[in-house]
Amino acid sequence: MYAFTYHRPETARKATNLVAKVEDAKFLAGGMTLLPTMKQRLAAPTALIDLSTAEDLRGVELKGRNIVIGAMTRHFDVANSQIVKEKIPALADLAGMIGDPAVRHRGTIGGSVANNDPAADYPSACMALNATIITNKRKIPADEFFVGLFETALEEGELIVKISFPIPSKAAYEKFRNPASRYAIVGVFVAKKGSVARVAVTGAGSGGVFRPNRLEAALTAKFHPKGLDGLSFPAEGLNTDIHADAEYRAHLIMVMTRRAVAKALAK
Amino acid sequence: MPKVSMVVNGNKVSGDIDSRTLLVQFLREELRLTGTHVGCDTSQCGCCVVHVNGSSLKSCTVLAMSLEGANVVTIEGLAQDGKLHPMQEAFRENHGLQCGFCTPGMIMAAVDMVNRKGSNMDEATIRHELEGNICRCTGYHNIVKAIADGARNMAVAPQAAAAE
Ligand SMILES: Cc1cc2nc3c(=O)[nH]c(=O)nc-3n(C[C@H](O)[C@H](O)[C@H](O)COP(=O)(O)OP(=O)(O)OC[C@H]3O[C@@H](n4cnc5c(N)ncnc54)[C@H](O)[C@@H]3O)c2cc1C
Ligand code: FES
Ligand code: FES
Repeated sequence: MYAFTYHRPETARKATNLVAKVEDAKFLAGGMTLLPTMKQRLAAPTALIDLSTAEDLRGVELKGRNIVIGAMTRHFDVANSQIVKEKIPALADLAGMIGDPAVRHRGTIGGSVANNDPAADYPSACMALNATIITNKRKIPADEFFVGLFETALEEGELIVKISFPIPSKAAYEKFRNPASRYAIVGVFVAKKGSVARVAVTGAGSGGVFRPNRLEAALTAKFHPKGLDGLSFPAEGLNTDIHADAEYRAHLIMVMTRRAVAKALAK
Repeated sequence: MPKVSMVVNGNKVSGDIDSRTLLVQFLREELRLTGTHVGCDTSQCGCCVVHVNGSSLKSCTVLAMSLEGANVVTIEGLAQDGKLHPMQEAFRENHGLQCGFCTPGMIMAAVDMVNRKGSNMDEATIRHELEGNICRCTGYHNIVKAIADGARNMAVAPQAAAAE
């Protein structure tokens, strides 16, 4: 790791003031992605702004028809939150499938969403649930937030404060894991709100998380695994790597979508 | 150099450290608690698992500076009065280790698992909960047996929770 100066502000406001003042500073959330990257010298910020003591960035709240989750809320807390388990059980489920227990005890929703790893789980929930990412500057709809591989709409020094998830009538997440890393080879989040179905796929797309429009249309017409009968997914634009090729991923998208819909209906 | 203070195995400790110091380096190099191991560079192996404020963490992936005031328990903090913790005893009894490199992390993860899931875990639960710990020797079978056994023994041994 290259040297850096370390800062630990107590509030979100102090954190954003600091990041504006110190050149080449980075926020440190759970560190589950940033620290391994720094250890490998793939990132070398000159300053780290540790958000772990910013209490105003933590917690889960029910606000009308939305669940609002603070950026520094850990995967473990989302997985075990009574509010989340009751209102969006699929989201609690997803959080409980991230990595392993020690990773869930430290990693945060804000860090995961800001990082936008193409195989991360949370981005799919944000897209399928039509979440809003609330920063210190503005509100960004999930559809506009996830721009590409490890790329988001966040500007230099912009801080995710919280994420607001509208409560769906039905939702579920199905993940086909890489057995070694536990990341998704393909993960599919399906949600139904009113008469509209939304679907988001992670792990598969060469541009990161995406919404398969044809599957959404089919499920909006009939929210049932049978609604997908006769449909297949094109391999074009999907990832090929040592874990799986594009054809296999295309196949998995259909399988995981069917399973997710069945799971959503069973709840 | 910045200063950090925390409680490790019940003792107040502090040090002037480089900001880059990972918790595992602080434990091993400053405090000479070498029971906590480092098995990888990618945060995947779990040899370095310790408890921080009561839950398991990978000490290779957290800055010591981030843990100002925290309560840390390492493998050295489990045995009490010269007597092995029930989970340590269960690993011995069930031949839950071969080279022993992964063992400190396995045992810390196991105790954390019992704290969250209780003393009656089935095999599937234990295997699922062990996802963050890699062993290159045993094939896991005896580790899983040891944890099931240790979990049951923790329920009857009053000393079990004392280290936290
Ligand atoms: C062994 C292992 C297995 C894993 N498995 C999975 C998995 O199966 N699925 C999955 O989805 N993830 C997985 N992860 C990643 C994990 O979920 C991380 O916790 C997450 O990607 C990053 O969150 P963090 O809080 O650790 O952020 P950090 O690593 O601290 O930060 C990540 C990036 O986000 C920025 N950032 C952090 N917080 C904010 C904020 N509030 N506003 C703006 N920018 C911010 C940081 O500056 C940094 O660039 C795994 C990680 C490990 C080590
Ligand atoms: S040393 Fe491998 S996970 Fe910490
Ligand atoms: S006993 Fe050798 S690595 Fe587990």
